[in-house]
Amino acid sequence: MRLELRGITKRFGSFTANQRIDLTVEPGQIHCLLGENGAGKSTLMNVLFGLLQPDEGEILIDGEAVHFTNSGEAVRRGIGMVHQHFMLVPVFTVAENVVLGFEPVKSFGRLDRNRAREEIRQVSQTYNLEVDPDAVIEELPVGIQQRVEILKALNHNAELLILDEPTAVLTPQEIDALMEIMRSLAASGKSILFITHKLKEVKAIADVITVIRQGEVVGTAQPTDSEGDLAALMVGRSVNLTVAKEDVTPGEVALEITDLVVRDDRGLPAVDGLSLSVRAGEIVALAGVQGNGQTELVEAIAGMRPVESGSIRLRGRDVTNATPREVLDAGLGHVPEDRQLHGLVLSMSVADNLVLNTPRRAPFARRGSRNLGAVAQNASDLVQRFDIRTTSIQSPVASLSGGNQQKVIVARELSRPLTFLVASQPTRGLDVGSIEYVHRQIVDERNGGLGVLIVSSELDEVLALGDRIAVMHKGKITGVVDPSTSRETIGLMMTGAHAEES
Amino acid sequence: MSDAAVHVSWWARLRSRPALVTLFALLLGFVVGALVIVTTTASVLDAWRGIFHSWSAPGHAVKLTVDNVGSAYRTMFEGAILSPSNFWHALTTGHGWPLALTPLSETLTYATPLAIASIGVGIAFQTGIFNIGANGQAILGGIAGAAVGSMIHLPMFLHLPLTLLAGLLGGVVGGMVPGLLKAYTGAHEVIVTLMFNYVVAAFLILTLLSTALQMPGQQNDISRTIDGSAQLPPLFGASSGLRVNWGLFVAAAVAVFAWWFLERSSLGFDFRVTGANPQAARASGINAKAVIVLVFAISGGLAGLAGVTQMAGTTHFVDGGFLIGNAGIGFTAITVSLLGRNRPGGIVLASLLFAALGVGGRAMQAATGIPLDLATVIQSAVVLFVATPVLVKEIFRLRTAPTAAVQLATKGWGS
Repeated sequence: MRLELRGITKRFGSFTANQRIDLTVEPGQIHCLLGENGAGKSTLMNVLFGLLQPDEGEILIDGEAVHFTNSGEAVRRGIGMVHQHFMLVPVFTVAENVVLGFEPVKSFGRLDRNRAREEIRQVSQTYNLEVDPDAVIEELPVGIQQRVEILKALNHNAELLILDEPTAVLTPQEIDALMEIMRSLAASGKSILFITHKLKEVKAIADVITVIRQGEVVGTAQPTDSEGDLAALMVGRSVNLTVAKEDVTPGEVALEITDLVVRDDRGLPAVDGLSLSVRAGEIVALAGVQGNGQTELVEAIAGMRPVESGSIRLRGRDVTNATPREVLDAGLGHVPEDRQLHGLVLSMSVADNLVLNTPRRAPFARRGSRNLGAVAQNASDLVQRFDIRTTSIQSPVASLSGGNQQKVIVARELSRPLTFLVASQPTRGLDVGSIEYVHRQIVDERNGGLGVLIVSSELDEVLALGDRIAVMHKGKITGVVDPSTSRETIGLMMTGAHAEES
Repeated sequence: MSDAAVHVSWWARLRSRPALVTLFALLLGFVVGALVIVTTTASVLDAWRGIFHSWSAPGHAVKLTVDNVGSAYRTMFEGAILSPSNFWHALTTGHGWPLALTPLSETLTYATPLAIASIGVGIAFQTGIFNIGANGQAILGGIAGAAVGSMIHLPMFLHLPLTLLAGLLGGVVGGMVPGLLKAYTGAHEVIVTLMFNYVVAAFLILTLLSTALQMPGQQNDISRTIDGSAQLPPLFGASSGLRVNWGLFVAAAVAVFAWWFLERSSLGFDFRVTGANPQAARASGINAKAVIVLVFAISGGLAGLAGVTQMAGTTHFVDGGFLIGNAGIGFTAITVSLLGRNRPGGIVLASLLFAALGVGGRAMQAATGIPLDLATVIQSAVVLFVATPVLVKEIFRLRTAPTAAVQLATKGWGS
């Protein structure tokens, strides 16, 4: 399918989200739409998918102008969308999810499971997308769930696939697998519109790159262009892709974890006899494939998950099985893995979220009564200092882009006196400009003598930030290595091989 | 996103919108009420049928409809707020003020305990807690107040506050039971509080038949009458015959306190954070168990205060029918709180509306023979419409697109 967008303009009140956007996707082409958070990518895709109507401009499919008033019409014209947050029913099987809405039926409206299974097997084979049709969605890893989303779109005869930030939730291996799938789909003639802000992926897969900034197309780039050039085009200024780290001599031990055992929600030991120490003025980056106990480890440090045995000490103070309040008061800064679940109250204002875990601290409250003036002053200061893009400090934090939501958390945590900082996936879903900023803040804190533990599934981040890199596998540390260690070695350690063996 | 001023005005408009929806919901409620009147009044229905059977002009049917609906709503208004003729008479002659003010006095009398209980329920809702036990807690408040009011004898400046305090504490105890059960055993508060109402209702009868509280010389389930020193005095003196009493000030104080508590206090902030995102509340160091127990204590306490205000201001004793059945303000409070969007100011207005509909409905029944149930139909319809804002916006073509669009525009990826 050949898709052409001509002069698409979309305004919300006086705010122009898309300004005369032109874009052409040829059949069999992988077209990357590159832009920062809030650049207008989502609006454009919602227009294309029929969720929003453009104020100006037209959409042409194979030369014919089309008007979608809802997404169903877009689907019928062969457009498939794979959302970043999957639209799957967790308790249904793969087959049931794929045929949902277009179910093959037998007499009396009974679902024809055999035919559903057969349909999926066919589509799977055609495009080399291996999935067990009878597996239940919630038991599948994220990468496979995404594959099911793609199958669903293909089963609806999609000729153009929109992939919305598809790699944000994937492990490095899963990303490689997805890239393979995208290549084979393109080879079979499908058009792919790939939305992302990750430069490495763009360079690896794109045929054509369109960069948008502040609602406008600012240029087209080639995959052969350097990452620095792409980033500069996207952000509108030159960007430091690697954070500069001055040498700092680490001080005394700030966080000491000894023989820690923590159970996960199912009661299995997720952290299994783990020991680790982080010194003041040092960043230890914890690498590992997701689901190897990192989440449980951080929750145990933050006081949110009971410790079975072993101990956690913050600056010599025993905080094993302390409450979250006690840990916060001991000076732990915590950037949680799931910012919307644990880090923010989306319906509340930016100002309130900036004092979420210090509402009683002077000057924000006195004798049980809040000082809203001080809360607002604090918010104005932090919004300016951390460059949080918001229309007002009283806007609900839900109205901010993902990157700015993360900045609210980072600003809140770094603005109070800390003895230690734990940051879990601190830049997940953030654009280049925001990543640079968050990394700079973390390194500055470390330069100031703070001990920092970073947990990240992004190897780039681990290598960029860590003074030492601890690799975690099945609840244990398989080794602590220098950041100059090769990616391959660290990758092997992530699968359980010990440092000395590899 | 660069033009901050424009976006602030967006928010100003967004904020005003819920109130607009409520207003239109009210209007729709009365439209539904009118339809019910038309379809249940034989003469009006016959007139409309006549158009098809005997080809009579529709003018007659329209006139009958307007007359019936008009007189129903007019008597309702006059019964709940004021009758222009009575008011004019009082204004020009200086006599008959009690008669002119009776409707308003009655509405305020009913609204007072309802507002207090509803604010209690609203605070719980804002914390994400469903207190379905407000009625039982209110009954406990009434019992405790009746006990203190009738069994000890003190001068008024001590006796009345003590009576109110006893009612409050009765409600606190009634709230703490489900609160502690939820916090420490994980029991679901809806089940526990709902069942708790039945326990309390039975407990009420039990207490009333005990010699300590039962009216001397009575075999029935009726308590002693509380001392005059424990009663909330009528606002305009006993001789006026107007029932509106000092409970009004109790309700006003509760509303102001609740506003301060939710919007300005640190504990209220904890409550709202817990209600909006319990996981984030926990990660931010808020003690979930403490919040659950405290919110039940406060919510139950206010329900108890509502019960004792009803007792000390209006009935002056409790009997087997106290806050049972139609008088169950603790149940109405759930609806009123939702109608008032769980905010103290909104709840006060919603309480006045519900009280006016109830009081006016009775006057309408007396004057026109249309059953009181019509008031209930209108109350329920209003709440239904408030609960379905999309429908109301669609009917009145309120502009909703920009609202959704702004959210879409600012949401972005990865959020």
